[in-house]
Amino acid sequence: MALIAFYILSTIVVLSALFVVAARNPVHSVLWLILAFFTSAGLLVLIGAEFLAMLLVVVYVGAVAVLFLFVVMMLDIDFAELKQGFQNYLVVGVLVALALLAEIGIVAAAATFGGGTTFNANPGAATNAEALSRVLYTDYLLLFQMSGIVLLVAMIGAIVLTLRARPTVKRQNIAQQTGRKRKDAVELKDVRPGQGI
Amino acid sequence: MEDAQTLVVEYLPVVIFLGLAIAISLLFLVASSLLAPRKPDPEKLSAYECGFNAFDDARMKFDVRFYLVSILFIIFDLEVAFLFPWVFQVAEGNLPAFWSMMGFLGVLTIGFVYEWRRGALEWQ
Amino acid sequence: MENLFQWGGGMWGGIGLAVLQIVTFVVILLVLIAFLLLFDRKVWAAVQLRKGPNVVGPFGLLQSFADLIKFVLKEVIIPAGANKTVFLLAPVITLTLALVGWAVIPVAPGWVISNLNVGVLYLFAVSSLGVYGIIMGGWASNSKYPFLGGLRSAAQMVSYEVSIGFVIVTVLLLVGSLNLSDVVENQAGGIWNWHAFAFPTIFVMFPMFVIFFISALAETNRPPFDLPEAESELVAGYQVEYSSSPYLMFMIGEYVSIVLMCSMLTILFFGGWHMPLPIPGVDGLPEWLLSLGGLLVFIVKTTFFFFLFAMVKAIVPRYRYDQLMRLGWKIFLPTSLVAVVIVSAYVTFQNASGRQEFDRLDADSSGYLEAPELAAVILPSGVDTDNDGKVSLAEYRDRARS
Repeated sequence: MALIAFYILSTIVVLSALFVVAARNPVHSVLWLILAFFTSAGLLVLIGAEFLAMLLVVVYVGAVAVLFLFVVMMLDIDFAELKQGFQNYLVVGVLVALALLAEIGIVAAAATFGGGTTFNANPGAATNAEALSRVLYTDYLLLFQMSGIVLLVAMIGAIVLTLRARPTVKRQNIAQQTGRKRKDAVELKDVRPGQGI
Repeated sequence: MEDAQTLVVEYLPVVIFLGLAIAISLLFLVASSLLAPRKPDPEKLSAYECGFNAFDDARMKFDVRFYLVSILFIIFDLEVAFLFPWVFQVAEGNLPAFWSMMGFLGVLTIGFVYEWRRGALEWQ
Repeated sequence: MENLFQWGGGMWGGIGLAVLQIVTFVVILLVLIAFLLLFDRKVWAAVQLRKGPNVVGPFGLLQSFADLIKFVLKEVIIPAGANKTVFLLAPVITLTLALVGWAVIPVAPGWVISNLNVGVLYLFAVSSLGVYGIIMGGWASNSKYPFLGGLRSAAQMVSYEVSIGFVIVTVLLLVGSLNLSDVVENQAGGIWNWHAFAFPTIFVMFPMFVIFFISALAETNRPPFDLPEAESELVAGYQVEYSSSPYLMFMIGEYVSIVLMCSMLTILFFGGWHMPLPIPGVDGLPEWLLSLGGLLVFIVKTTFFFFLFAMVKAIVPRYRYDQLMRLGWKIFLPTSLVAVVIVSAYVTFQNASGRQEFDRLDADSSGYLEAPELAAVILPSGVDTDNDGKVSLAEYRDRARS
């Protein structure tokens, strides 16, 4: 039963990945990509790694793909023009694709002929998430802290690349606004009839 | 393997629920397409723009700030993702794991302070 | 699900029962939401000294159903410049995502369609996907107002998602599990055990509850954060070009996810199906009666939060966009981050001494107390709850309760 489910899901993953590349409309590409992410999450559930499956949905579908969709939908790019450059990159693209294919082949061969490893999603713990937490923060301390630094670099990089200082824009200074006293703002004048101030 | 089996079984209702929810949504669409009248005319099908004909394409350039917000969101979302499994270690009173996470949060707080000082969080 | 296989006599019988269960659940949910929709309008009307819908049926009770029929019978208009597939896909996604979140909500003791180990994460995932329907709808319409609405909403929902995540983590730190039923069980016993009120964490958790409530308003695009559909600025935002049942689906989806947020508030902070005060002698009642009572308590609590949502809609004026971003990023995010640190420090240092004791006993540091180590310590009987002949840390910590 699990085997049937595996074949159905992996067929969908492969097909939707194909459509990501083949779709003419870039928005449709991203939608196919989302389907591929979803089905991969299903595959992770099948081997018992439910925490990773949920994380895939939260991070990739809920955050990364939103950004992709956002960029593709809202950016004012003429995609027909972009496609013109396709021929120039053909050779490089084919090389990259071949390298990827070879890597997948090596992994598959190693898994098939190298005795194979049986996957255990939650060694020595009740759930996948708990098993992960046992090692992530202490045994893999260095990697964990490094991922923090990578995130920091990403944060700073995003700000440096996109933030433009615009001195002309008026900003609201809330502390100043709420800290304003009555006597700074209002002055009472005793105006006599017919004289003005 | 036995564990994985029972675990997958627990996800079966979710899949059924998903199928049913899609079915309900499609039911609404089909019901409307069967029952509702359909008399399109050019005025009806034109995009709404306060009575004018559309001047140009609706998809226009906009502030890069929106991207910045979504990139920052991805980073903080990952931070939250690291926090979820951590709750098990906290419940066990695992001090090394606690301090390890404090270090991680500290690094990201530096980034947050930088963001704040640079005015990236300000909407103008 | 295991039970269903037994009762259904095999796989297909079990699946049939599951389908039946889910259909019943969804139908009851949708009917309840139809009445809540009317309730929302009645509350709004009462605040404005109007009568609200009162013509269809007694007290206007059938108004929502009349609206449903009317929506379905109207013409589906798809704008000429629209991307047809995405245009129709957007409301389908909104409604579907709003509904599937309910698959993991425990409404009464044992009454949950799917009791996932990572139920909280599942809900977090589903609620973070809600933004798709709006972006897609806004883009596919190929019209300016929907485009702007979609743009605004994407940045808005994303901003509040982060603080929702941190707030959920603070609750989970108190529970030590990602299972929603565990979250509810952790609050058993009375109102003083509910996460929002439990001492001494109340000083952190009650503000967290407030942050979650406000973020939930922003996440579901409810007033005062209804900027994606602000009628005075964007006509109706991403919904401008929608009519007939696609519009109806957006609306139902919105209300379903609002009620989902209300039920999350109930589960995370207000004790789920538990009564505020323990009632003596209630344990003798049959199980189904207890479950039914629990369901009733759950519905009452959820309706209370829905009432708060309705009151906020009626009373509070709309936020400006820069204020909204400021609130999310500069106030909620740092506050909830600090709360995570405080709560985790509290829980860790409370449990650390037990952990050290355990580690001292666990001479071979295998993570379990096995036979030779067990001889060195006197433990009450029944500590080994899973009967595997060794005592884990969790079992060791729970020894006081058994």
